[in-house]
Amino acid sequence: MILRLAIASLFARVLTVGMTVLAIALSVALFLGVEKVRTGAKDSFADTISGTDLIVGARSGSVQLLLYSVFRIGNATNNVTWESYLDIAARPDVDWIVPISLGDSHRQFRVMGTSTAFFEHYKYRRGRSLQMAEGKVMDDLFDTVIGADVAATLGYDLGDPIVVAHGLASFAEHKDQPFQVAGILEKTGTPVDRTVIVSMEAIEAIHVDWQGGGQKPGEPTPVEVIRQMDLTPKAVTAALVGVDSPLKTFRIQRAINQYKEEPLLAILPGVALGELWAIVGIAETALLAVSAMVVVTALIGMMATIFSSLNERRREMAIFRAMGARPRTILGLLVLEAMLTAALGAVLGLGLLYLGLVVGQPLLDAAYGLWIPITAPGMGEIWVIGAVVVAGAIVSLVPALRAYRMSLADGMIVRT
Amino acid sequence: MAEPVLQVAGATFRWPGRAGFSLSVPELAIGAGESLLLLGESGSGKSTLLSLICGTMLPHGGSVRVAGTDLTTLSGAKRDRFRAETIGVIFQQFNLLPFGSVADNILLPLQFAPERRKRAGEVRAVAAQLCDSLGLPEAVFTARANTLSVGQQQRVAVARALIGKPPLIVADEPTSSLDANSQAAFLDLLFAQCAANKAALLMVSHDPRLGERFDRVVRMEEIARFGRDAA
Repeated sequence: MILRLAIASLFARVLTVGMTVLAIALSVALFLGVEKVRTGAKDSFADTISGTDLIVGARSGSVQLLLYSVFRIGNATNNVTWESYLDIAARPDVDWIVPISLGDSHRQFRVMGTSTAFFEHYKYRRGRSLQMAEGKVMDDLFDTVIGADVAATLGYDLGDPIVVAHGLASFAEHKDQPFQVAGILEKTGTPVDRTVIVSMEAIEAIHVDWQGGGQKPGEPTPVEVIRQMDLTPKAVTAALVGVDSPLKTFRIQRAINQYKEEPLLAILPGVALGELWAIVGIAETALLAVSAMVVVTALIGMMATIFSSLNERRREMAIFRAMGARPRTILGLLVLEAMLTAALGAVLGLGLLYLGLVVGQPLLDAAYGLWIPITAPGMGEIWVIGAVVVAGAIVSLVPALRAYRMSLADGMIVRT
Repeated sequence: MAEPVLQVAGATFRWPGRAGFSLSVPELAIGAGESLLLLGESGSGKSTLLSLICGTMLPHGGSVRVAGTDLTTLSGAKRDRFRAETIGVIFQQFNLLPFGSVADNILLPLQFAPERRKRAGEVRAVAAQLCDSLGLPEAVFTARANTLSVGQQQRVAVARALIGKPPLIVADEPTSSLDANSQAAFLDLLFAQCAANKAALLMVSHDPRLGERFDRVVRMEEIARFGRDAA
């Protein structure tokens, strides 16, 4: 009956209590939402590349190699010679190898030379393969496959011509060898969306008339002539490697890192992603801390509401006291009310979160390639709700103790 | 005479924080089933005396015995329980928890008084019966307290004070918010029910016209010294 009276008392103040519940609900939804986005972002990040056992590049740092080979951020300090590449490819325990050649760009997007094996072996989000939205993998020397963002941003369709610029942020363009869009990839939420993919041979082809960053003087070599030339690459920027048995990964990594002909670096993508996340992760922790503070603010708001209600509820407390309620019961009632309010707010917040997820999931995926899975509330969410209820009880102790003292002093004398 | 339901002997009380103000009640007794009107102006210490009798305040000296138990010997928690078990309280007005139903309000003291609850028996039936004998329509029983008229609320307060037959009813100006006609009707019901329950009635008022209905009328200044010590 006391519980029922507490609930009835809350209902009697439905407007103020409702506002408090709403504030707590929004703060809890924000907190849980940030946590969801955080884990979602972390998973998405970790899922940028999967199925690749090693990434090989010129010796630099593991994070740097990961950044330029997978995220297309920054540049390689050096290339890997084609001979070294073939050497690695020839190792018996190497299952597959995909070359990557970077350095050119198209508008704001990077151009990546690779082999068709890239489409077979590049996996993301737990083993998903790249899918063609339209068209096909490049077939002709001057075919290109573009990522979903490239197509969407630049409004490209199949068959549209693309002129690749030499280098990054450069005005020198490979105008003489225009490419055409052969395929457009489905959205992946990975840097592939922002990449223009051409063949390794195409990278060689567009550099036939170039030397040391400048175009050779004179007439450009006609395209027909280029097509007849030997376009075997001289170097690659990096290579993705698949190993036939995971047990051998470390052995190959060590062998590549100790490769005598050329200083090379082989990294485990998962480990490097973890290192990179450790750098990025500080911001995410700060975000979580800020949203936790929002929850605390909402709870302090509730404390203020209880405080301001104490005076108008002195009569109610006097009635309880006259009927034989102990001051401790009055204290308990207020704490109980606060816990009910906090619990209601937290549960409503969870509801808001799921509502937000249902609405926001496709939007986030489309806009940022960030996939937030909608799963049943786990221990994490239950912990948060529990913590909010306990925190609500704790902050309510301050006004409740005041009520305790008031009811002890007032007794059953009704003050208005 | 059987042991009085209420016996105050040499009780003194000093208000904390108001240096020098004190109240002393050398003697006040009410017999079982007796009705007593305590007359006093506002500020004469009536409320304080009621708090001492109900055990929400403790005298600094002397004793307050209710139904044979000296309240000064009980701990705070025991006094609260004792009050719930033995005393029915009626305030001037706004007696009820506005958000509770009439039934909730009537049964509220039983929450804190398991023995009184046992004494009451089938509590909802008893409460309904009390409402009926106090002239409250049946539909009122489940209604929210704040939907009732002031007169009805006061009658619900009487039902709440009487449920479980506590030996002492303490009423603090229960008629002050009622008009003359309602006052008379209310007092008729109150007296009839106290008699039916064999409960003693201690009513506090500033209105001497009520006196004729009571077994005894006592003025505050006759029983209490309300002073300002030099200390």
